Amino acid sequence: MNTSINDEPRKNAIVRRRAERVAAMANVRTWPLLIKIFLLGLLDALGIYSLFILAARRYWLAFIIVLIVGLLVNWIYWNNKGLAAKYLTPGLIFLVVFQISAIFYSGYIAFTNYGTGHNGTKEQAITALMQTSLTKVSNSDTYKISVLQCNDKLSFLVTGSDGVSKIGDSDTPLHVADGISSENGESSSVSGCQTLSFNDVLNRQNDILQVKVPLSSNPEDGTLQTSDGQTAYVFKSSLMYDAKSDTMTNTKTGMVYRDSGKGSFVSATGEELVPGWRVNVGLSNFKRVFASNDMTGPFLRVLLWTITFSVVSVASTFMVGLFLAIVFNDPRMRGRKVYRSILILPYAFPSFLSALVWAGLLNEKFGFINQVLLHGADVPWLQSPTLAKIAVLIVNLWLGFPYMFLVCMGALQSIPEELSESAKLDGASAWEIFRYIKFPLLLVSIAPLLISTFAMNFNNFNLIYMLTAGGPTDTSTGMNIGSTDILISMVYKIAFVGADRDYGLASAFAILIFLIVAAVSAIGFRTSKSLEELY
Amino acid sequence: MFIEETNPKESSSWIQHSKTNVLRWFVRTGWRHFVGILSCAFAGFPILYIVSASLNQQGTLISSNHLFSSITFDNYVKLFNMPQQPFAEWYLNTIIIGLSGSVLSVFLGAMAAYAFSRLRFYGRRVGLFSLILVQMFPQVLSIVAIYLLLSNFGDVFPILGINSRLALILVYLGSALGVNTYLMYGFFNTVPKEIDEAAKIDGSGHARIFFTIILPLVSPILAVVALLSFIATVNEYAVASTVLVSPEKQTLAVGLYEFVSQKFSQNWGLFSAGAVLAAVPVVIVFICLQKYIVSGLTAGAVK
Repeated sequence: MNTSINDEPRKNAIVRRRAERVAAMANVRTWPLLIKIFLLGLLDALGIYSLFILAARRYWLAFIIVLIVGLLVNWIYWNNKGLAAKYLTPGLIFLVVFQISAIFYSGYIAFTNYGTGHNGTKEQAITALMQTSLTKVSNSDTYKISVLQCNDKLSFLVTGSDGVSKIGDSDTPLHVADGISSENGESSSVSGCQTLSFNDVLNRQNDILQVKVPLSSNPEDGTLQTSDGQTAYVFKSSLMYDAKSDTMTNTKTGMVYRDSGKGSFVSATGEELVPGWRVNVGLSNFKRVFASNDMTGPFLRVLLWTITFSVVSVASTFMVGLFLAIVFNDPRMRGRKVYRSILILPYAFPSFLSALVWAGLLNEKFGFINQVLLHGADVPWLQSPTLAKIAVLIVNLWLGFPYMFLVCMGALQSIPEELSESAKLDGASAWEIFRYIKFPLLLVSIAPLLISTFAMNFNNFNLIYMLTAGGPTDTSTGMNIGSTDILISMVYKIAFVGADRDYGLASAFAILIFLIVAAVSAIGFRTSKSLEELY
Repeated sequence: MFIEETNPKESSSWIQHSKTNVLRWFVRTGWRHFVGILSCAFAGFPILYIVSASLNQQGTLISSNHLFSSITFDNYVKLFNMPQQPFAEWYLNTIIIGLSGSVLSVFLGAMAAYAFSRLRFYGRRVGLFSLILVQMFPQVLSIVAIYLLLSNFGDVFPILGINSRLALILVYLGSALGVNTYLMYGFFNTVPKEIDEAAKIDGSGHARIFFTIILPLVSPILAVVALLSFIATVNEYAVASTVLVSPEKQTLAVGLYEFVSQKFSQNWGLFSAGAVLAAVPVVIVFICLQKYIVSGLTAGAVK
């Protein structure tokens, strides 16, 4: 469209634009406005609903964040200025919540001992320790109780020898209850609650066994528990917490456990009470990565393999892709579309499935490659450390070359034909034309894609996890790390596989991976100067 | 053209059975077909194999080695009758999560690309640069943080907690801006600015320009990005496996992987059938849209 405007029409246009604006203000289109009101109204309703819930649960920080974001969003969309914000806000909210805050949260977790046995606060750990070590007091009084259902909780109604009735449940200690009606001197019902019948008690025996009603607000007084729904006994924790000295004492053995400063109570003999709690451990996760016997060796091996894997993958897919692109970049050749459709199949096939299919093909005993192509050989493709690495690289070549083929094809076709023709006139050979004209031009446009392919392969979790699961496992270390594990699959294993989950260590690795990838990409982008296009 | 040999009819001269002609044909284009057939065999044979395995009657790994020895659809029927492995639900979940995730993330990305391409605002360059930086931190890296974040959300709003499909979609939307914007930004820039200026003069507001003029013009890149992000979602295992716990809520990637890794060789036939069913729609759409995909892949890089 050509709008080279001279001076006179431009003035007219300005006047007209002003008139249009006035007209637009007067005559706002109804439907878009209604949609806008509806969407923002929906959002505000959700926001106010969550504000109520957050206030009720006393999450004040979250409350303030939701409030500020809500006000900001309304301000942005009811304001006539700040057009860019209107287009950026929706995406930015998701980006901030699930990407940027997740990155910073990872950074925070990397400095903690978060993981199995260190999940909560110290108070939660103390409560959990006390509850798991409850034992029946040998000379306990017998309490006559009845089990009541109040709201969704099971409560105990206790009538003492003095005739005073008290009620309590697992979360609220025994207290004198209002609205108790008594029959034959024994209280049996409370307003708002239902007494469980004998059948109910039998049916819900397992639930009733779980009810632990504290005798008072002091946890050392112990809790009431029942096994038959009629008589209850006092249970006390064999562990005693002394807030003053900040120690746990086992009342039976007399063993004293002190706060080790590393998120758990430890005795003088080194015995640790589980669970512990979450504390800031400073750089100790990073120290473990760089200077410890169990972690540093495997880490460096995995790092080396990750880099080798990414570099070789990029190089091999690029070479094969470029070669095929050159082969097929000849208009005289017939059936190029058919070839291309078949060649991009590996790219179109969902990659998690491809890795699993290859795991089947490469199976040592029953796989197609050993059984049919190699006539019953027993090549341990995925069992030998070296062969597994080669297998991973071959499979990644299969997965990645179609992409390179497509982009190289596009890049080759965008190079003007005149360049090679004039070179031909000057007497250049086909190889010289490729080496000195086409290849440098191609590299300029492909280089950023090579960098992003490198970054992608650096974190190619699916291939490794689905094909070998990182295996074969390296038994020389205590860690669950195999010889084809790359950093990201190691992070996943440390955090989510097996009984011992170490979120802190996993996050420390994640931060390291980010730094490595960012550094490599920054160098790469600087060299290829592709960022210049930004400005 | 300076060189006359580009005449396409000449390449058919190989039909003449003269020895020199065959040699000439081979040197010129024949070897290209040779390479093409070899590479197609490499590219296509695993897919051929899995299709054959899915039609195999015994359905074990070793019986699958006899390609197309028997053709039955038993595996497909069985696949939908496993109470422990609700394949139909996995399929549905994958489609719902994939479609809603990709459509919404394309929309978010397109809005951001429009702002970066058409509007001039404070922090624009920094914004573009930070998006590239954020893009280098893939979500799978912050998987621990996402897991803990969702556990905290779930304490207050169970619908956003662990084991919620909605939560997973929202998590995927977190990467919408980082992954899509830059690719779309390049494409938006190729649409002449004069078009929206003309519309502005005619009295169109920014929303009207965006929805009725720009979006239709950039629809090829929207299709490509939607498809690529759909495929990425279908393939995503790590985050999905930590967020979705109960079998009926899982996606194909999580469900099929756990199913086949339990008893690798016995479940092979069923897995193959599941794999074929999972791959067919993706592959068909991919082949149909390949023209756009090629242009979309190169749009970001090739000027």
